[in-house]
Amino acid sequence: MTPHILTRSLDRAATAFVLLVAAVGVLIPLSNLLLPQGSMFQVPTYLVALWGKYVCYAILALSIDLIWGYCGILSLGHGAFFALGGYAMGMYLMRQIGSRGVYGNPILPDFMVFLNWDKLPWYWYGFDKFAFAALMVLVVPGLLAFCFGWLAFRSRVTGVYLSIITQAMTYALLLAFFRNDFGFGGNNGLTDFKDILGFNVQAEGTRAALFLLSCLALIIAFLICRAIVSSKLGKVLIAVRDAESRTRFLGYRVESYKLFVFTLSACMAGVAGALYVPQVGIINPSEFAPANSIEAVIWVAVGGRGTLIGAALGAVVVNYAKTFFTSGPLAPYWLFMLGALFILVTLLLPKGIVGTFNSWWESRRTTGIAADEASAAREDGISAAKMAE
Amino acid sequence: MNVMDTRATSAMLYLDGVHVSFDGFHAINNLSLTLAPGEMRAIIGPNGAGKTTMMDIITGKTKPDEGTVLFDGTVDLTRLDETRIAELGIGRKFQKPTVFESQTVQDNLLLALNVDHSVRGTLFWRGSKAESERIDKVLETIRLTDARNRLAGSLSHGQKQWLEIGMLLAQDPKVLLVDEPVAGMTDVETHLTAELLKEINKNHTIMVVEHDMTFVRELGVKVTCLHEGSVLAEGSIDQVSSNERVVEVYLGR
Repeated sequence: MTPHILTRSLDRAATAFVLLVAAVGVLIPLSNLLLPQGSMFQVPTYLVALWGKYVCYAILALSIDLIWGYCGILSLGHGAFFALGGYAMGMYLMRQIGSRGVYGNPILPDFMVFLNWDKLPWYWYGFDKFAFAALMVLVVPGLLAFCFGWLAFRSRVTGVYLSIITQAMTYALLLAFFRNDFGFGGNNGLTDFKDILGFNVQAEGTRAALFLLSCLALIIAFLICRAIVSSKLGKVLIAVRDAESRTRFLGYRVESYKLFVFTLSACMAGVAGALYVPQVGIINPSEFAPANSIEAVIWVAVGGRGTLIGAALGAVVVNYAKTFFTSGPLAPYWLFMLGALFILVTLLLPKGIVGTFNSWWESRRTTGIAADEASAAREDGISAAKMAE
Repeated sequence: MNVMDTRATSAMLYLDGVHVSFDGFHAINNLSLTLAPGEMRAIIGPNGAGKTTMMDIITGKTKPDEGTVLFDGTVDLTRLDETRIAELGIGRKFQKPTVFESQTVQDNLLLALNVDHSVRGTLFWRGSKAESERIDKVLETIRLTDARNRLAGSLSHGQKQWLEIGMLLAQDPKVLLVDEPVAGMTDVETHLTAELLKEINKNHTIMVVEHDMTFVRELGVKVTCLHEGSVLAEGSIDQVSSNERVVEVYLGR
């Protein structure tokens, strides 16, 4: 069963992508750790963390592409699942601080001491254990997506209406997490992390390992998505995207399909958020901002909707551009550039970078085949003529 | 659950006293109609006569305000949703051909096959020989064998109509509801479609809605004329087309 799914999912482009991510995942940390500082090929630690962030964004983009590109569900609130995964990881990291906090309380995180809380709220229980936190990274976003999806898809909320309520969802969470009495550090969020699994989060070795793990997670997420879209399930998803009611009349329970990919996608976004937090060192309510989710959708559109590789590529390209432009004199204009980019891509490259490349490649290949056939036919004609002689 | 104590009727489809209104407009008005097992029935009638709404009711897209809709004499269709009704064995071809344009002809048929439609079943699906043989057979019936690897969106209008009929065949339902199969077809294609439906009728009960009277005549089956949401006339094509009321509201003098 498994080899069958693997061989089917890994076409040439997919294999190349997996190898590329694996190579980046191994080479960047190695160059950072082994080469002497100041060497031309040494990747400085701040860049490892920066690229680690891009890789997490790439996982988020993949999760959006799975539901938007293949099933037509445009979620404008996927940042919420990313942030929830991040908060689950942040809670674990907070509990690892222990008595090293400013107030030196062995159980309570600093912000709770500051708020004069005398004991840990029940929903913080268990987060001192990594295994529990790791489970929550999947369960919390997954459960929210399942409940949200169950209600929305069963009532047949689709299209722009669904997009709007996903925005409302992430906005509601933004407001909730801003509140101090909600118990997640309010406006400041969770930060000042010290250790992860006993390793110092700031240490170069830990950062390198986190980078490698992020690349590994990207590969696994990509393989899961590929396995899904290359199965018959993937064909059903495309059918739902293109003609939902037709699919229903064929006897498919459309809402079950949507619920399945939506929940899975939310879990993937959660993992992306969990890997993101230790690398950037903070999680706060601004991650729930509706604009973040919209930006993530733009990455997918730029890279190429419904191509998976394009989504990951789009996330890296747009974020690289963001880093580049926001650190220069053009910084105040970044949002304008992002908006312009989205308009230009929609107008000029509606299939995104990878989608446009694919159709160019496809047309080149088919004309190539046609030319081959034509020349073969000519040769046949020649040999037939010779035989007639 | 939805099974009645005794079989209420021997009909494959049984509609009795059905009413539907949309914002005060009576789309279906005391409609009663029965379709015997193995029968092919042609439904004609002017625009707005309620032909498509009737199909919506049978397939669960629209719920009637009142009336009985029974499938196979036992199943109350008014309580089920589209997916459940499709699973029971009622297939539908829409007025506007709706095929999955970005997928190949072959994949369109694969999706239509009446095999495991659960999320798990499709995720771990592996093609079987029996399935590909069935697809081959349907491709042959609808004359699209050569186009099997083409994207459905690149087919001509007539071919799309056939592909949709082929999808119905792959679904292998007990009843086929076919809405305007020859709209926009050439004369040759219309003729071939009539042949195709007659062939399918050997194993399936069919209800076909069509405006093209030549086509209906070629089918040579019992005809029901709808008008303002109820049955105006029923009988052979000659009887119906000579009925004065039918001539008045539909065929024109």
